[in-house]
Amino acid sequence: MSAPTKGPREEPPSSRPDSGAPDDSSGGSESLIARWANLTQLKVLTYALLCAVLLGGVVIVATEVVNQLQGLENSELGFFGRLGQLDYGAVIGKPFEAYWALLRGAVGSPSRLASSLARSTPFIAASLAVAFAFKAGLFNIGAEGQVLIGALLGGWAGTWAWLQGLPAIVALPIVLIMGALGGALYGGFPGYLKAKTGAHEVITTIMLNTIALRLVEWVVLGRDPVILLDTTSSVPHSRPIAEAARLPFLPGGSGSALHWGLILGIALCGVMWFVMQRTTTGFEIKTVGLNPSAATYAGMSVSRTWILVMAVSGAFAGLAGVGEVSGSVGFIQPGVFRNIGFDAIAIALLAKGNPWAVIPSSLLWGALLSGAPLMQLEADLSIDLVRIVQALILLFVAADLIVRRLFKVEGDDENRTVLATGWGG
Amino acid sequence: MSAVTTDSRPIAEDAEAVTLPRTRLVRIGWIYVVLGIGLLEFARRVPENDVAFTFGIPPDAPTLSLDPGGAVLGIGALLLLAGIAGVLERRLGRVTSIALIVATAAFVPLVLILSLAYSTSSQQTNLIPLIQQSLVQSTPIALGALAGLWSERSGVVNIGIEGMMLAGAGGGFMTYAVMGQAEGGFWLYASVVVAVIVGGLMAALHAVLTVTFRTDQIISGVVINLLALGLTSYLRQQVIVPAGVGTGIRPDDIMIPGLHRLPIIGDLFVGQPIYLSMFLLLLGSAYLMFRTPFGLRVRSVGENPHAAETLGIDPVRVRYAAVILGGLIAGLGGAWFSLESVGRFEDNMTNGAGFIALAALIFGKWRPWPAFGGALLFGFANAFGIRLQSLSVTLEDVRFLGVPVPTLEIPSQLAQSLPYVVTIIVLAGVIGRAIAPAAVGQPFEPSK
Repeated sequence: MSAPTKGPREEPPSSRPDSGAPDDSSGGSESLIARWANLTQLKVLTYALLCAVLLGGVVIVATEVVNQLQGLENSELGFFGRLGQLDYGAVIGKPFEAYWALLRGAVGSPSRLASSLARSTPFIAASLAVAFAFKAGLFNIGAEGQVLIGALLGGWAGTWAWLQGLPAIVALPIVLIMGALGGALYGGFPGYLKAKTGAHEVITTIMLNTIALRLVEWVVLGRDPVILLDTTSSVPHSRPIAEAARLPFLPGGSGSALHWGLILGIALCGVMWFVMQRTTTGFEIKTVGLNPSAATYAGMSVSRTWILVMAVSGAFAGLAGVGEVSGSVGFIQPGVFRNIGFDAIAIALLAKGNPWAVIPSSLLWGALLSGAPLMQLEADLSIDLVRIVQALILLFVAADLIVRRLFKVEGDDENRTVLATGWGG
Repeated sequence: MSAVTTDSRPIAEDAEAVTLPRTRLVRIGWIYVVLGIGLLEFARRVPENDVAFTFGIPPDAPTLSLDPGGAVLGIGALLLLAGIAGVLERRLGRVTSIALIVATAAFVPLVLILSLAYSTSSQQTNLIPLIQQSLVQSTPIALGALAGLWSERSGVVNIGIEGMMLAGAGGGFMTYAVMGQAEGGFWLYASVVVAVIVGGLMAALHAVLTVTFRTDQIISGVVINLLALGLTSYLRQQVIVPAGVGTGIRPDDIMIPGLHRLPIIGDLFVGQPIYLSMFLLLLGSAYLMFRTPFGLRVRSVGENPHAAETLGIDPVRVRYAAVILGGLIAGLGGAWFSLESVGRFEDNMTNGAGFIALAALIFGKWRPWPAFGGALLFGFANAFGIRLQSLSVTLEDVRFLGVPVPTLEIPSQLAQSLPYVVTIIVLAGVIGRAIAPAAVGQPFEPSK
């Protein structure tokens, strides 16, 4: 058995463009220096993954030792005597076994690979939402709620009676646009509040997340009055949306619900990259994000930019939600969208706000989550181990100073992710 | 990141009155005028039956009976007057703020009276348990806000309060599950201590990342939250579930000698240890922060670390101390969940309380007592939401300002989301741009 110490690193080296636009505002110039800087980034990222996997391995080893010690509870030996009795082969082998199972669970067969991709699909659009807000110096923790409201509005549109007979070419855009609109309204509202009253978006979006969850619960699951509940089904969820409004599956994806939303998400990354790098609006957004005072001085409207960015960010998240409704399940069920928005924050941070880097980051995240059940089955470790590894990956990517010092990676601090410089409205 | 920053901001005084920017006063004034007129008109339609608030268990408890129509009329008049005062802000000056704050406070009795008037089950309610519930429910919020207070006053943004609380809740309960199932007393308190220490450890990680490695403070907070969620869920599966601990472990009530004998309000002075320790920690934090050299150092490092450094204060050490102190308090807040109120551990059981604590902190403009006020508001909205479900309030034949309201029973989800709605309204309407400690969010690089 080969020893894949690098578990998650053996991701399909997907579409990471080796000449991807550097995420500073140099307008994507392909100078050697920019490339070299990107290479450094890649180096740091690789080491960060390595560190996370190693530390995750330490957790696994500790778990195994504790388990074996509990097995020896009844022996006459003292604590150190018991330590001597441990099966060290099993202890050392455990992390390899677990990561190997995780890797096979994620990409071990075509159908498993498809499941991983399907799991990653909503993350792409939702992470774009968070990354887009970062560009304007806004921290959108509200993707969770915006995903829900997008799913709610889009799903509701999908149940309209007059939509049933329409061809897909009409029905599908209506549902997707409604989803984006729902997210845009729900994201634009905290943007508006921030611009007009100074209420900090971090707090308002967190509040709106819970309100969204309760609202969706009431509309979808409420029995008195019944609004969208499918009364014929034993599992509580909304009435199914029209067949014409379903996103088709990708070839070979029907078994794992891998649908066209993946392609749409990748297209959205292109849209965001284009807007940020090639348009005046993008330039304004970046300026506002880097220095609101300077933007005001240059005659840009900071408050208008805030509202716009939060609305567009919400629209991305809303699309993530409606894409799941229309693509994978076909009805609204609040539980399906749990944690998509929160994971999106981590993924956007992992990608350092770069729209192209969002794709591999999302795939990594989805693959880890999708491979976890097999790891649980084979290595008897709780799937939450994957959450720990994810947190560690983010930790080492964020605290790249640790990695740089550990591995003596040269580099400047130019590329350090800086989001918030405080609470000042 | 405000568009306009001033460099010469004084350190916020503790006893600074709430003052609102002028344009906002006028805007709120107009809103209150419209609401006031609406209430005056609406008062005719309120159901006739008297509503009663009792203080304790009837029949021998003091009771306050009200005619709901008259009460709504009175509150409407109050709102109208305050609204006019807001509109005429230029003529009235300081009176305006006071009038608007009084009128805003009147929303609490208004909501209580209306929910009783339209209740289909009972027209009277006991206020004492409601107040007690509000206080108890505000415990984790207040402790979380104190955690944030220490961290942010020293200049370190802390959105990891949620994670620190969750880690405390999980670590504390795990200790109890492994060690203390046999005999309750000692191990229960030892588990609380472990929870406090675990919270402190998470905070120490936050401090290492933000102060030593100068990681972005928001990202570090996200890492803390993710890590706490992953670790506690993992350990619950691997340790707590196999240990098979029962539920229902709860420390006994403690009575504050003397005070609990008071008539009517005596019940408020009886409570569980963590709930009561909240008051001690509030007093202690306020004293330490504003009356001792250590507190002054923390605040000065939060406002201008370089100036503090020139005076011989080591900002790195002070920030470590403040962040870890906050984490210890957050750990106690976590223990409230698993070891005092619920008596078991569930995945993600803090469920956003850490973020709400952050809202309360900003609500209170980074000062302990106003932040406690924010936590109390939340606790009340929570307790009231629970009460609302038993009252089963149904709106029938209601028109407001001529707009008919559809007949429906107030769903429990609305009651549950009430605290969040209130927070948004308060943040947007009253607080707006709060002035944070000047250096919050900025990594400190020691002078060479």
